[in-house]
Order: sequence, then C-alpha cells, then structure tokens
Amino acid sequence: MFKEFFDALLEGKVLGIKCKDCNSYSILKSTCDNCGSRNVEKVELSNKGIITTFTTTYVAPAGYDKECPYVVAFVELEEGCWLVGRLDIDAKLADEMGQDLIGKEVEIYGKEFPNEPYYPDKKRRVVPMFKLVS
Amino acid sequence: MEKRDVAILGVGMTKFGYHPDKSLAELFAEAFFEAFEESNIELKDIEALYFGNFVGEMTDGSANLGGFVADEIGLKGIPARRYEAACASSSVAFREAYYAIATGIYDCVVVGGSERLYNAGTAIGTRALATAVDGVYEITAGLTFPGVFALAARLYSKKYEIPLDKLREKMAMVSIKNHKYGAINPKSQFYNKFGDLKVEDVLNSKMICSPLTLFDCCPMTDGASAVILTTADKAEDLIDTPVYVLGTGQSSAGALFRQKEDMIRAIPRKISSEMAYKEAGLTPKDIDFVEIHDCFTIAEIIASEAMGFFEYGKGADAVAEGVTSIDGDLPINPDGGLIGKGHPVGATGTAQIYTVAKILRNEYKYNPVKDAEIGMTDTLGGDFGTLVNIILGIHRRR
Repeated sequence: MFKEFFDALLEGKVLGIKCKDCNSYSILKSTCDNCGSRNVEKVELSNKGIITTFTTTYVAPAGYDKECPYVVAFVELEEGCWLVGRLDIDAKLADEMGQDLIGKEVEIYGKEFPNEPYYPDKKRRVVPMFKLVS
Repeated sequence: MEKRDVAILGVGMTKFGYHPDKSLAELFAEAFFEAFEESNIELKDIEALYFGNFVGEMTDGSANLGGFVADEIGLKGIPARRYEAACASSSVAFREAYYAIATGIYDCVVVGGSERLYNAGTAIGTRALATAVDGVYEITAGLTFPGVFALAARLYSKKYEIPLDKLREKMAMVSIKNHKYGAINPKSQFYNKFGDLKVEDVLNSKMICSPLTLFDCCPMTDGASAVILTTADKAEDLIDTPVYVLGTGQSSAGALFRQKEDMIRAIPRKISSEMAYKEAGLTPKDIDFVEIHDCFTIAEIIASEAMGFFEYGKGADAVAEGVTSIDGDLPINPDGGLIGKGHPVGATGTAQIYTVAKILRNEYKYNPVKDAEIGMTDTLGGDFGTLVNIILGIHRRR
C-alpha cells in the first residue's frame, strides 16, 4: 500500500482515505486515523497544506547524513489530516524564519533520495517535499 | 479476577556511561547480582526472566537475547524472553512480570534490561533510535528523536502562545535541574559533570534539531538495570522494606504525524497514567515524586502535564518556579533523569524503578525526597507509540 502512496506522490498526488463512518480523512492506511473503521474509501487529497511545525536537523542518522542539514516539517492538508515530509528550503533560512514559518502555505510533491539499508522499500526511497507557495 | 499484591525484593543498576568491555548479557549480570544480593533468595527461586532490550541487533549484532542473558546469570532452563518497546522496553517487561505474579503464574521473577548505545557511536545510535519512529513515512523524511521533540517544542510554543525564546529558557531549566541531580548521583553518566549549568550554557550548546541543543537532549548510554519481584506476602517474610507495586498502566499510539496536535498533549500517556491511578486507587495529588521520561527537556514538561500534575501549557512554568525541584511540591527526576543520569534505552524503565525503590526505602542519600511514601515512573517508547506508568509505595494497596 505504501508503494501506491509514493507512486502517486511522484506524480504530485497525495493519496488518502475518507471514512464513511466519521467523515474524517487520513493519509493512506488500512483504517481511519480517527475512529479505526475499515469502512473507508480511497481518495485523492489536496496537494496543498499549511506548516504546523518543523525542525532543522543537524545530526542525522546513518544513511541520511549526506542530506544533512535538512528541514523536517509537519503539514496540515485542507482535509484536516497531517503529513510528514521535508521543507524544500535552505536549512539556514528555515532557522532564520523560525516560528514565522508555521502557518505558511506549501505545495506537496515527491522526490527520490538515495536508499539506505533499513528502509522497507529496497528499490527506492521517496520523500514528501513541501515547497513554499510565495 | 482477584489479583495478589506484588512487591520488589531487590534492585540493581550498573553505572551508566561507556562500557566498551562488557556485552549486553555481561552488563545485565552486573545489575542482576546487585539486585539478587539484597533479595535473600536462592537462584533456584527465580522462575522466569523478563528482559528489555531495544536495538541489540544494530548495536551488538545480537537478538534472541532471553536465553543468553538467563544463562549468563546462572538461570538455566527457565522461560526467558526479550521485550522490545523502544525506550519503554523494560517498563513493558516489568508490567508483564508484575501481572504474572499478581495472577499467580509465577511467585518470583527477575525483570530488567540492558543496552549499549554509547558504544555504538552517534551515527549508528541515531539510526537505531530512529527505528522507533514510523518506519515508512517518518523515517524517509529523516525524522530523528531529537527531531520529534523539536517539532513538539515549536508546536507547544505556538499552541500555548509562549514565545519560543521564553520557552527555551524554561526548557533549559529542566536541563539545569536534571544535570544538577545527575552530577551528584555516582551511577550517572555525568557524575561530577555539568552540575552547575547556566541557561546560556544550554541555549548556546551545539544545535542538534532546532530549537533543541545538545543540553536539551539526553545522552547515548550503555547500562543495565534489574528488579526482582515476588508476592507481597513472600517479600514481607524475606526483607525488611518491601516496595509494593500499587498500580500500572500502558497505552499505545501510531505515527506521530497521525496524532496531529495531540502530540503535545501525549494522549497515550494520559490513558496510561489514569489506568495506573485507578488501579492504585490514587490521584496525581497523592504522588510524592516522579521519575519522568525526560529524553528531552520539552519531553519532561509535556509528560508532567499529561500525567495530570499540571494543566496543559503550564508545565514549563512549574519548572521555572521550582515546583519540580527536590524541595518543591513535586520533585521530578531526583536521580538526574535521562538527561543527567543517562539513557540506556532498554534498561531505562527498570532504572527508574531502581531509583524510586531506593528513595522509598530511604537508601538514596545523594538527593533524598523527604517523607516520600509513594513514587511513580513514566516511560515513553518512541513518539508516544508505547507509554507505561508504574506507581510504587511503601504500604500495601488500600
């Protein structure tokens, strides 16, 4: 299932589910994040969102160190669910902007990065990327 | 089902820090022998081993540790298994061991944990720790554990309208307090070190994941801890000062990004601590001191709120006002916590129990909590994936 999410992401689409019981949306998953129901339908979510929080990472795990420093962010989509990914801006700029980045609008796309030995997909590693909408 | 009262017979803990010369099993043996010596039992009395370890595969190339550890401590042929729940590994093991005795499956067991993260080095250690975040979505973005709590700190600042600069100063006071207490604890990784930090020292140390600096973070640690449990009836026959298990709670959650804003309210911790209070017949007001999972400064603040000690958004003020200091109303982490004492992940939960038991028995002379009768532990596994709370006391459950 995660492969389908990242295939779509590389085409600029964010896949999720809509719960027919409680009407809430989740990033693609077997059951609803909110109520646990299996009565869900697959939907394409908005590929725009708002930054809710972020951090600039200066000490990275083995396998990610060449990408360091990088900015990890959480984004709230229009449908209310959150997604984790990377902010597509310079790390220094992110720290200069600080808390002002929270609430800024971003567009979501997928980008391939070099794989690492422990990642569940042995063929590729795709990262959700967040680009600031100016 | 009527449950039997359960008590701690003995506790043991290695010095925390760097142990390049001892294997996971050898480290555990050191902690176990200390616990065994004060338990007044024979080895054959111990019926099972509950062993916590997080990332033995990655740090020591070693899994299936139950049997090797049991054999190392001389317990041949007993049921022995490893429990893995990230930083809560040995707390989960403790809870399972407690229920095994409470329900009559066993009369006497040993529970504990062992981990070697310092020895593994920062890059492997950081990757190993990051196996406790969501393994598809969060790891691909490169989310680390300092990263998780850096995200939480920024959200906390925004949500509770505390300017980040002010919040960072209050977070620094958690580091100052826990390092102060860690520096006087001979078993700490930082014994005699960093006991007199200033706010500027914390703010200006190396940035790890903005806004968290090195001194906002607990260290990578090698160490082990062990606890021997039996029925309250047996404990009263064997030793002078049994410490009773009054209540336990456990909860879980999925990926952090799916928890949305709840990440600063730590809902699984609320569920887990309420379960423990209910089982013990107590409220947060009855707790005399707490060992809280301060993997990062902001983590201690969030935890103290979720456990019901302070209102949401007020935990940072409580630290700044000294409420959580040794002479305050609710001392938090009198042994230095994870920040001051160290964090050998799979051993951390039962190391918290070690301190609570020592304090309740009036044996913790470095930083005693005056007249303490009830203490509590709080152990967080991953980004709220596993939560365990345990309440201990010097009197049986009423």
